[in-house]
Amino acid sequence: MQLDQLYQEIILDHYKHPHGRGLRDAEDPRAHVGEAHHVNPTCGDEITVRVATDGRVFTDISYDGMGCSISQASASVLHELLRGRSADDATVVHEAFVELMSGRGQVTPDEDVLGDGVAFAGVARYPARVKCALLSWMAFKDAAARAGVGVSPEVKA
Amino acid sequence: MTTIAIPQGMPQYDDVPRFDVATVRADFPILDREINGHRLVYLDSANTSHKPRQVLDALAEHYARHNANVSRSVHTLGTEATEAYEGARAKIAAFINAPSADEVVFTKNSTEAINLVAYAFSNASARPDADPRFRLGPGDEIVISEMEHHSNIVPWQLLAERTGATLRWFPITDQGRLDESGLDDLVTERTKIVSLVHMSNILGTVNATARITARVREVGALLLLDCSQSVPHMPIDVVDYDADFIVFTGHKMCGPTGIGVLWGRGELLAVMPPVLGGGSMIETVTMARSTFAAPPARFEAGTPPIAEAVALGAAVDYLSGIGMRAIQWHEKELTAYALDALATVPELRIFGPNVPVGRGGTISFALGDVHPHDVGQVLDSLGVQVRVGHHCAKPVCTRFGVPAMTRASFYLYTTTEEIDALVAGLEQVRKVFG
Repeated sequence: MQLDQLYQEIILDHYKHPHGRGLRDAEDPRAHVGEAHHVNPTCGDEITVRVATDGRVFTDISYDGMGCSISQASASVLHELLRGRSADDATVVHEAFVELMSGRGQVTPDEDVLGDGVAFAGVARYPARVKCALLSWMAFKDAAARAGVGVSPEVKA
Repeated sequence: MTTIAIPQGMPQYDDVPRFDVATVRADFPILDREINGHRLVYLDSANTSHKPRQVLDALAEHYARHNANVSRSVHTLGTEATEAYEGARAKIAAFINAPSADEVVFTKNSTEAINLVAYAFSNASARPDADPRFRLGPGDEIVISEMEHHSNIVPWQLLAERTGATLRWFPITDQGRLDESGLDDLVTERTKIVSLVHMSNILGTVNATARITARVREVGALLLLDCSQSVPHMPIDVVDYDADFIVFTGHKMCGPTGIGVLWGRGELLAVMPPVLGGGSMIETVTMARSTFAAPPARFEAGTPPIAEAVALGAAVDYLSGIGMRAIQWHEKELTAYALDALATVPELRIFGPNVPVGRGGTISFALGDVHPHDVGQVLDSLGVQVRVGHHCAKPVCTRFGVPAMTRASFYLYTTTEEIDALVAGLEQVRKVFG
């Protein structure tokens, strides 16, 4: 196995220098806010994702958690990709990321849709680590639903 | 270099029994495997051990030659299977110096064995005529420790919920030892059972039980020792330990999965109500009610894991052939070597005792801020198999302020070269995440 397929430079960058980390209150007091806390019981990784929305776009996606490089880098990429996006746009990206992670390494990611998320293509080849990569994305989906915005149909982690 | 002379009359260094590790390794077919292009370095025996050819052969031989159900057939195969199954029970009884083979109850694993005792308490608590030692209610207390595997926490939490009893626990010291300072306040006349891990699956600590046993006897409580991590690695004598119950599991001691053991003092098993009902555990059955067989059959409802028990008997023969004292000493040397070797790795923090005294060959650690998942992944790419995560002992992780740990654990087939491979692998981890 090629370790650098799993630990791409992009992933290590996001892990060492996470974007948008830390839970934040919504700037606009009228914003709908939803939060979800997800745990990976096999390893103890935890993440809390909070979304703020004006009903049209996700004005902020903030998060805090502890866990491995894959789970923490994935949250950073999630923040980068989906903050400021409309629910429809976010759904497209969310579906593409879940499809990539569920693909056992057989899915070719579209960089136009997934941006830095393409770096996780290698992770999909390691079944034990797919949950790590999806942890924040599943928490985001729940948080968005709690803020009154549906993202993506049912997904199987 | 100074050498310390051991005084005459004391056991000399050379008196320690030894065995040839290379010869032992040749008995384990899986050790020839390559992982990701590297020689397998298996440092996860606390999770499950590998099986020698002798055990694999016993399993295959049973199915190929002697397969039949036990305790119910008059035919030849049934008799052979029963003799093999009961023969395994006798071997296991001898292995732990149980006074009688009837004190050995086969279970699925340690978890089931602990649950069996917990449910016996539960069932007794619902019957006014049950033995008072097993009757629990509000005001009664169950004592465990912060060092337990989840399998020795959750069954007691559930029992406390069902009966209204209170669950209490020994804390852990910063050095990873059991904190016995509050023993007399913790174990009191209210205590009905103390259920304690003998060797921690995460810290490697081997608990000295004598003081606790003395206190348990003083207050008239019962003592269960979770020996899942100790029976595979050191000589255990249930008479010497003066416990009331011990539990252990086959797959951690060169045996197959699906077979575990509850040993209980004969007079206690005799008054314990059954837990699982079904075939084999009865004396007589009418449509209205049933009476029950004597132990151990009372606690072995249904067709048991026959071949697994037979193979566990073969595992016990195998371990006894090498000698448990020799295995214990081998692991002590490995542990001393590993503690020294790991001390050379920058930013490595060991959780638990950092001297090879009062501990076994299971060492958990943190490497700087690198998450154990990442440590384990890089090590796996080099063929080194360690366990990462909370090791089913979340309270221990919480106690030491980490979400997870990386754990290396040794057994009779482990070599110092494998520990060197671990240390070299940790350097690689530091390069990737440094």
